[in-house]
Amino acid sequence: MKKIMLGNEAVARGAYEAGVKFVSSYPGTPSTEITEEIAKYAEVACEWAPNEKCGAEAAIGCSIRGGRSMTCMKHVGMNVCADPLFTASYAGVNGGLVFCVADDPGMHSSQNEQDSRNYARAAKVPMLEPADSEECRAFTRYAFEMSEKYDTPVLIRLHTRVSHSRSIVEVQDATPITIKDYAKNSQKYVMMPSNAITKHVVVEERTRAIASDMASDPENVGMHKIEINDTKLGIITSGAAYQYVKDAIPTASVLKLGVVWPLSEDIIKDFASKVERLVIVEELDPFLETEIKAMGIKCEGKELFTLLGEYTARLIKEKLTDEALPEVAFDASKLPVAPGRPPVLCAGCPHKGLFLALKRLKVNVTGDIGCYTLGALPPMQALDACICMGASVGMAHGFDKATDHEDSKKTVGVIGDSTFLHSGITNLMNAVYNGSHITLIILDNSITGMTGHQQNPATGMNIRLEAVPAVSLEKLCESVGVMPEAIRVVDPVDTFGSEKVIKEELEREAVSVVIARRPCALIPTGRAKKGVEASVDADKCKKCGACGRIMCPALIIGKDGIPMIDSESCNNCGLCVNVCKFNALSKAEE
Amino acid sequence: MSSSLNASIVLAGVGGQGTLIAGKLLGILAMNLGLDVKVSEVHGMSQRGGSVVTYVKIAPEVHSPIIEEGTADFILSFEEVESVRWSKLLKKGGTMVVNTQQIKSLPVLMGQMEYPEGIVDSLKAACGDDANVVAIDALGLALETGTSKATNIVMLGALSNYLGASEEDWNNAIKEAFEAKPKTIPGNLSAFEKGRLAGK
Repeated sequence: MKKIMLGNEAVARGAYEAGVKFVSSYPGTPSTEITEEIAKYAEVACEWAPNEKCGAEAAIGCSIRGGRSMTCMKHVGMNVCADPLFTASYAGVNGGLVFCVADDPGMHSSQNEQDSRNYARAAKVPMLEPADSEECRAFTRYAFEMSEKYDTPVLIRLHTRVSHSRSIVEVQDATPITIKDYAKNSQKYVMMPSNAITKHVVVEERTRAIASDMASDPENVGMHKIEINDTKLGIITSGAAYQYVKDAIPTASVLKLGVVWPLSEDIIKDFASKVERLVIVEELDPFLETEIKAMGIKCEGKELFTLLGEYTARLIKEKLTDEALPEVAFDASKLPVAPGRPPVLCAGCPHKGLFLALKRLKVNVTGDIGCYTLGALPPMQALDACICMGASVGMAHGFDKATDHEDSKKTVGVIGDSTFLHSGITNLMNAVYNGSHITLIILDNSITGMTGHQQNPATGMNIRLEAVPAVSLEKLCESVGVMPEAIRVVDPVDTFGSEKVIKEELEREAVSVVIARRPCALIPTGRAKKGVEASVDADKCKKCGACGRIMCPALIIGKDGIPMIDSESCNNCGLCVNVCKFNALSKAEE
Repeated sequence: MSSSLNASIVLAGVGGQGTLIAGKLLGILAMNLGLDVKVSEVHGMSQRGGSVVTYVKIAPEVHSPIIEEGTADFILSFEEVESVRWSKLLKKGGTMVVNTQQIKSLPVLMGQMEYPEGIVDSLKAACGDDANVVAIDALGLALETGTSKATNIVMLGALSNYLGASEEDWNNAIKEAFEAKPKTIPGNLSAFEKGRLAGK
């Protein structure tokens, strides 16, 4: 049956068709929907893990016990679960084991542009790269078979344009979930030097075997496409870049690689011998190019194409042909300049009040990954640094160490609830253990916000919205040694009250934690009732502009300087009411 | 003007305006008519009130899901400034449908930039005979059906005048796209009809 599916949805479908028993992931754009879609198949055990390492390790355990399992992540999540991946490569599998990683060239929603193919080579595991939704389904389904056949974890590399594009999928029947027998086998699964030494030999042999087998596409899943057209120009490519190549130069001969690691030298040499000029078209790193050049094959690649960002058909056409580029209909010189439209913190967003407080305190702020990273943009401009998940806490500790505690009087770390549980807690433990004086602010909006509202261990619900025990952030912080009196809870909409508490805790010569607690304005517990909005008393307004400075999308300053409330988007949070010194704004009764 | 369904369609708007659902609906329409189709979306950070764009490509065989400079047959712009921002995608001979709604962005709210006046007239002047610019009050028409959420369906109604699918095909696609929320179907069918009349 034909269905139109998002690439991520099709990966979920492929895993389901393969009889996957268990999927455990941490959300991350552009990979999140895979696990959300899996959750819709009731027979599959599916969960949000606190971080990618937990997800990967649980999947490894399920595989050893005999169930097919998968873990999904964005490219930077691969860094977090690299440790289990590299040794799972040696141990191999029992039930098929798949790691699905989504890269984000162009950084639509990411902090870097790393190329996950390097992980396949470094961890010595095969990597498949689909180019559309149907390939997402078919390759994922095949990945489980491949994993069991070659006794290896298999990586699937996705791309924003594959993950987040819908295209037509030929849905197949699912194989029933089966759990293989489990037999104790410490030589295979206990990776200590004596066992690992023998396994490394197996791993290298496995890589050679896969490279050789994949030259003939034995399972007939359409892994490689060899399209011989005009032989003046031959292009080797894979994934999303293949699609751009086809649009740019339909007449060229193309070798599209479905298995991007290990590379099948025979296919590549054969293709190279048939074309006059060989060009490698791949976004980001010269991964294929380096390997192909090492095979002694003459080709061009990064001397033509950039290491940066996404490619387009236009770019490829421009670099490889003399054809005219498409003309545009509008004369841009006759159009007005379009004001920018950066993403903003939503109306009613609890982070706003907190960032206003930090701005008034003029502190250094080490930040973290989440919606609150937007606090770095104007008008808040509240973040000093943001590196990766959990780093806010460690960086604040580093400020403390660099200045023998001095800067802890004017530095805070800010981190969301989900990010704190992901990898902030270990850093907090470190700060207490090593005598830091940091002040950490946990922005507890009771959800994983930026990726589209996923549950986490502190929300009291699992991925299928069933009630589960909720982590108490207060008790958790206390358990790692933060003094109970140094754990304070504030409502961030009470921006001045929050400021006062933060100021007190900055002075404390010990680790303190301020939990700024208010649900995200986009989830049911944080949303105002329909038709309930703040109101303006124009007679009392002194046009001081204080309410405008909170930059709420629901509050527009009129030409006369008096604010107007947009009833469609106002969440009645009351932040504008709190910053007005003249009582010109008031909250509606709920 | 294209009378077949084969087309590259850009849906440009502001996060939350329903461009994703409109793209999904076009995907269903094309697939049901036996054509290949790709719909490319933006998720994640940009959705937080930022500028968003969805690309829909319909043809016997579609490769890249991206619509590039000078290759769009149609741009459905859900907001005036967004029509300027994405205008370079429209090819010569293409059609742009503009919803005359204005949503002020942060630089405008902060007083750093002015929201441009008379955008529709500027667009018409900037393309001359090279393109067709159709302006409709899609939000106003949607509100007539009882909800601003139907703005996207009004826009598709306007587009339907230029695409080679029958009213029945469209109605079936609307029913399929909203099958999980059957109560919204009559309102959406009416929004579609209003858009179809307004966009003629």
